[in-house]
Amino acid sequence: MAGESMRDVMIEARRPPNAHRGVVKWLQRNLFNGPINSVVSVITIGVLLWALWPFVQWALIQADWLGDSRQACSGEGACWVFISARFESIIYGFYPEAARWRVDIVFALMAGLLAWLAIPRIPGKRWAAIIAVVGFPIAAYVLLLGGHFGLMHVSTRNWGGLMLTLTVATIGIVGSLPIGIVLALGRRSNMPLVRAVSVVFIEFWRGVPLITVLFMASVMLPLFVPTEVEFDKLLRALVGIMLFWSAYMAEVIRGGLQAIPSGQDEAGKALGLGYWHRMGLIVLPQALKLVIPGIVNTFIALFKDTSLVLIIGLFDLLAIIRAGLTDSDWLGFATEGYVFAALVFWVFCFSMSRYSQYIEKRLQTGHTN
Amino acid sequence: MSRSPSGDRVALWRNPTFRAYVLQGVLLAALAALIGFIVANTMANLEARGISTGFGFLDERAGFSIPQTLIEYSGDSTYGRTFVVGLLNTLLVSALGIVVATIIGFAVGIARLSSNWLLARLATAYVEIFRNIPLLVQILFWYFAVLQALPSPRQSLSLLEVIFINVRGLVIPDPQPLSGFAATPWALLVGLIAAIALGVYAKRRQVRTGKALPIYWLGAGLIIGTPLLVFLLTGTPLEWSIPELTGFNFSGGVRILPELVALWLALSIYTAAFIAEIVRSGIQSVPDGQVEAANALSLPGGITLRKVVIPQAMRVIVPQLTSQYLNLIKNSSLATAIGYPDLVAVFSGTTLNQTGQAIEIVAMTMAVYLVISLVVSALMNVYNARTLLKER
Repeated sequence: MAGESMRDVMIEARRPPNAHRGVVKWLQRNLFNGPINSVVSVITIGVLLWALWPFVQWALIQADWLGDSRQACSGEGACWVFISARFESIIYGFYPEAARWRVDIVFALMAGLLAWLAIPRIPGKRWAAIIAVVGFPIAAYVLLLGGHFGLMHVSTRNWGGLMLTLTVATIGIVGSLPIGIVLALGRRSNMPLVRAVSVVFIEFWRGVPLITVLFMASVMLPLFVPTEVEFDKLLRALVGIMLFWSAYMAEVIRGGLQAIPSGQDEAGKALGLGYWHRMGLIVLPQALKLVIPGIVNTFIALFKDTSLVLIIGLFDLLAIIRAGLTDSDWLGFATEGYVFAALVFWVFCFSMSRYSQYIEKRLQTGHTN
Repeated sequence: MSRSPSGDRVALWRNPTFRAYVLQGVLLAALAALIGFIVANTMANLEARGISTGFGFLDERAGFSIPQTLIEYSGDSTYGRTFVVGLLNTLLVSALGIVVATIIGFAVGIARLSSNWLLARLATAYVEIFRNIPLLVQILFWYFAVLQALPSPRQSLSLLEVIFINVRGLVIPDPQPLSGFAATPWALLVGLIAAIALGVYAKRRQVRTGKALPIYWLGAGLIIGTPLLVFLLTGTPLEWSIPELTGFNFSGGVRILPELVALWLALSIYTAAFIAEIVRSGIQSVPDGQVEAANALSLPGGITLRKVVIPQAMRVIVPQLTSQYLNLIKNSSLATAIGYPDLVAVFSGTTLNQTGQAIEIVAMTMAVYLVISLVVSALMNVYNARTLLKER
């Protein structure tokens, strides 16, 4: 009777024995597999408890959160009132209060555009890119600086805080990418002079620290132009930052250009396409796609280094917090101030690096050999 | 004039060679015009401000003091001397930072690959936290939030009553060489040369006979043993000046500026996060097949690591490591934010403010970093050429 020995229903798989599942097994397999690993685990747990617990206690459990003056600080833990009391100036710097809604609009526009560009599911990337490169800068310029359409003029001297940090980072990013592309193409050009100029330019900026570039921008740039031309301090810093980072960007993009097989370019030539068509339609789209992670990494480095503008006297996020520390009402809150600054920068940089990893995974589909 | 494949005459402006010449001519003219414009403006501006150009200021008296000098320096020294003092301070903090960053970086990078879940996660957390916070924030944090919160000299924290740390810096014992100490460094040199010679001999011997010498132990013995032996034979001619609290401050020992400690810590911790990633990716870049092949040849684990994995990983690691070292040297210029007297702080800062010779000073400062970068890059190219995969 063959039919009876056959089963027509699937039986449930038996659960593994207790010793092979659950927390205990996991701990055994990952932390205590062997004497050396056990010792390492115990030491690591010890170090974590020793270093992390006091910090958690200071930053969260015993911290003071509410209040609006120094009286609210009990002195047992961190006093985050120091941050909340000057939160407005950390965000807007010295931007006049009546005009801060303009900054809010720019922030909102930026967030919307970023979401549009960054989330792959939203269609119309071409339009988003055009708006981001053309429309947004004009809108931001008009809104932030004012002086047109009945908006009050706000000098860049009053810009500061997170708003200035984001402005410097955005302009640096938007400016350095196209210059970087041109330099990368120049470095791979057949024309010796073009190549030489690109190589010297790139290697010069990559060989010096950003600080000296900012020093140069702030003390030498005014000497380079006719006396009548007034050079805004912010503008000087921006020129320095853009030139500096375009060199790094160029090297990243050159890496992408080198990864594209020469057959692609040759096929373009065979079709009778000119240089700019071959580059713009065939080589660059593939090369840029390949190096998106590298470009984002350069963005992260640029974003971190915007904090250096403090040294030439601009009041970015870090400089505003630092200035707050010298306020005689709030002496002795350096730890809170710098931990908060670190946290803000960290959130921005960490999200960018996560996004770059995500994109890298997404794009891997098209280019496996 | 060239002809198209179909035999028609091609207009001159469509000829690629001709176009390349024209384009480069235009570029050259534009560059020349730009440089001319800048030079003319600079001349006019300098004249208007009454600043004379030239490097004559380097021989003038500086008149300011520097808190940390590796060579003799006083307010009477020249500006040229401040340049050297600043440069040496930059090199000092860079060298210290490179050593510590390498140690932490390799430890964390290897820990990330550990089979111990907790250790691997801790190492990942280290990397993700420290590489995503600007170095400047870290420097300011260590300096203002940690070191400035330390107690006064009288309540110094101490390690074994030998090393003290307080708000004015770190005080460590200072070795004082007595007469006869000079023999020890020479012994170290002799030991080094002997170890290298032994290495060459051991390699030849292994090629000839297939037998290996325990070269690591012998080499370490030569390098450490020879100077130690000489040191003991000459009667330990070294005296330690131990720091001691007298009144409000310490006497004896050598004081390390808190600025140096903060900068050193921040540079090491920040750069180590990047080095860890380089080490991890370098080790992971060695294909599994290499280790499996070594296992199939029944090579022991230690030899597999030393002779198979590490040499191949190093080929990936070293070039990136060098560029991190260069970054560290360039980043040490952030010293100016906390007042550590490095090249940028004393030269592009104080000296520039006093003399107003902006162009010369910024150019000299940039030249220093450029020279360091170019020399290291050149050495790197030599290394790359030597370790390149020999493909047939």
